[in-house]
Amino acid sequence: MATQSVIGQKNNKGQTFTDPRYMMHEAERTPSFFTGSEVIKEAIRRASCDVMIAYPITPQSEAAALIGELFAEGYIGDYFRGESEFAVMSQCAGAAFGGARVFTTTAGPGTMRAMENFPMWAGARLPIQMIVTCRGINSPLSIQPDTLEISYLMQTGMLVWHAETAQDFYDWILKGYMVSEEPDVHLPLALCCDGFFVTHTKDMVDLTPVDMCLPPYDPYRSPVPCMDMECPPVRMMRDPFVMKSNYISYATHASWQQEVWAAVERSRKHSIAWLDGLIDTENTDAEILLLASGTAVSQGREAIEILADEGIRVGLVKVKTLRPWPGEEIIEATKNAKHIIVPEFNVTGWLAREVKATIPNNERVHAGPHVCGGMTMPPEIIASEIKTLLGIKVQTLSARGS
Amino acid sequence: MSKERIKIAPELFEIMPPEYQDLVDRATYGNETRGWKDIGNAKELIEEHSLCAGCPESMAFRYILASLPNPEDTVMVGSTGCTSLVFPHVAVHNIHSLFGNQNAIASGLKRALSVRFPDRHKDVVVLAGDGATVDIGLDMTLQAWFRQEKFTTICFDNELYANTGGQESGLMQKGFVAKMAPVGKTFEKVRLPEIARESGCHYVVNCTVSKPNLVEKVIKNAIHVAREIGPTYLQLYTPCILEIGKNSMEGLQEMRDSEKPTERFAYKEYVSEPAKELLTEIAAKEKERKAAAKKQLASQGA
Repeated sequence: MATQSVIGQKNNKGQTFTDPRYMMHEAERTPSFFTGSEVIKEAIRRASCDVMIAYPITPQSEAAALIGELFAEGYIGDYFRGESEFAVMSQCAGAAFGGARVFTTTAGPGTMRAMENFPMWAGARLPIQMIVTCRGINSPLSIQPDTLEISYLMQTGMLVWHAETAQDFYDWILKGYMVSEEPDVHLPLALCCDGFFVTHTKDMVDLTPVDMCLPPYDPYRSPVPCMDMECPPVRMMRDPFVMKSNYISYATHASWQQEVWAAVERSRKHSIAWLDGLIDTENTDAEILLLASGTAVSQGREAIEILADEGIRVGLVKVKTLRPWPGEEIIEATKNAKHIIVPEFNVTGWLAREVKATIPNNERVHAGPHVCGGMTMPPEIIASEIKTLLGIKVQTLSARGS
Repeated sequence: MSKERIKIAPELFEIMPPEYQDLVDRATYGNETRGWKDIGNAKELIEEHSLCAGCPESMAFRYILASLPNPEDTVMVGSTGCTSLVFPHVAVHNIHSLFGNQNAIASGLKRALSVRFPDRHKDVVVLAGDGATVDIGLDMTLQAWFRQEKFTTICFDNELYANTGGQESGLMQKGFVAKMAPVGKTFEKVRLPEIARESGCHYVVNCTVSKPNLVEKVIKNAIHVAREIGPTYLQLYTPCILEIGKNSMEGLQEMRDSEKPTERFAYKEYVSEPAKELLTEIAAKEKERKAAAKKQLASQGA
């Protein structure tokens, strides 16, 4: 076990292991014009990852392949293509059990195929980071953006964050490791974005210096033993309770699950510090609030401008972390609102449901507009939804004769 | 390597459970000549298990754990089934995660350990049942072999799903009547040893666990070949006496009956050319070591 700080030392690529707070908050940034996929690569270049495991599925294939280039350049310890997402997520687990900092990416049907792994990751306290570039999961086949898969991830015990922009993505990949590897958290992170909108569009992103990287993962800070035979191989249980039908067995399993969710809660303080709060707010004194996560926030911002031109004032709540769920923050931010509009890129409206389950007087929550199956959400749709809600007559889309 | 890593601080020795004290005092970590003959003389790496009385799987577990060439640097990967009831009692690090993903876990694990400990041997050994290896996990079993992942896969073949109560499995014999095969299994026992050979395994053995010295030999060979060359596969018959209607004391005879030359567990072995070279080399060194030991003993006597 390392007993001396590695801060200031160099890795084999000449990058300096840097205090992450300095690297993320103080070091000079360079504006760069990149696609979301390239941004993922640039973040991982600076993340001191040990193992990345890849599998092709649109729209994350490009990012996964670009990280292969990083491996070829010597920035990552090992990299390979697995045989399916189920296998890849198990391979990630194996690498994390072995004490590696692990990264992977997936999307839509891949997330669903791998789903059995995610509660296992959380239960085994493996701080794997998985990028989810959301896409449609239902039949008929669609490769287009749709965020339905996030609602499944929210029940797994993983941390779930929803990035709006490529800049969020860049910062949160690096900050994500810092939160999920905290000994009192030590949980996997699903860092989600809306596929294509973020991955395949170019944006200006401020990058941290390329010669700085995160300090390496220290598996001996884990709350559970690292499976490398470097610490005593004690019998894990005197009497294996795996399938016993008795109270102690139930109580043990129950307390383990409760501890996973308690760790999600404990991630709150670290996430607040790193992300500058679990939500961002603008003009929450307005009577009408738009509450969203991911790309729906960007579309919401434009809708707010359209409405402002027409004299309608709308505030904004951007939800950054879904797990931990920013319940208190949302209660506080929505306390003045008479109408809370929740636009979403999925058919079920899971975000609106979460908000309804959180705030008092939840008839204020208006679930919608919803688009799904890859449809875009023009800001005009959000604006007209709000106007309809206010009793203002609007033209229907078909009437506009597009 | 020695028992350094499991040593107890002297002040705390007395309060540790006796079986842990025994591990420190009497286990064979770090002993290069360890093998099945230590059973009964040294502390075993398996504490009392929770399998059925007379289960051949429990014999297999004891022989395998006694034969690991490098237990102080070995991590085992299991899967769901009867084996997952035993692993919590085993004194090497072991991973249970899901059902059927054991070779995927082992792939990631082996790579992580290679990245983290480039100058040391960290052996990875998969031990799972036939349902996990051949049915639900077949994809990951084969893909790990295709990729030439450097670890050993051991299948405890009991020819059915034992832990769930005796359902048909791919390694079950054709015609056997079982749960989910109400009119008898309609297709042949999957020929995984041959598939293993074609899939790139460098050392493949199909046998029973009736003879501990044989188990020791194939375990050591499989692990050495996996460490230096590529994937290895052992398919070991560990009959589920409960589900085939045998009594506790009949497991050994069942294995002996099944390993006769015309039977399905007659000893079969495949060794690739590079593996042959390696095993010859290891055998020569072993011979040298024994000769030296004998010489030393003789000189001491004189």
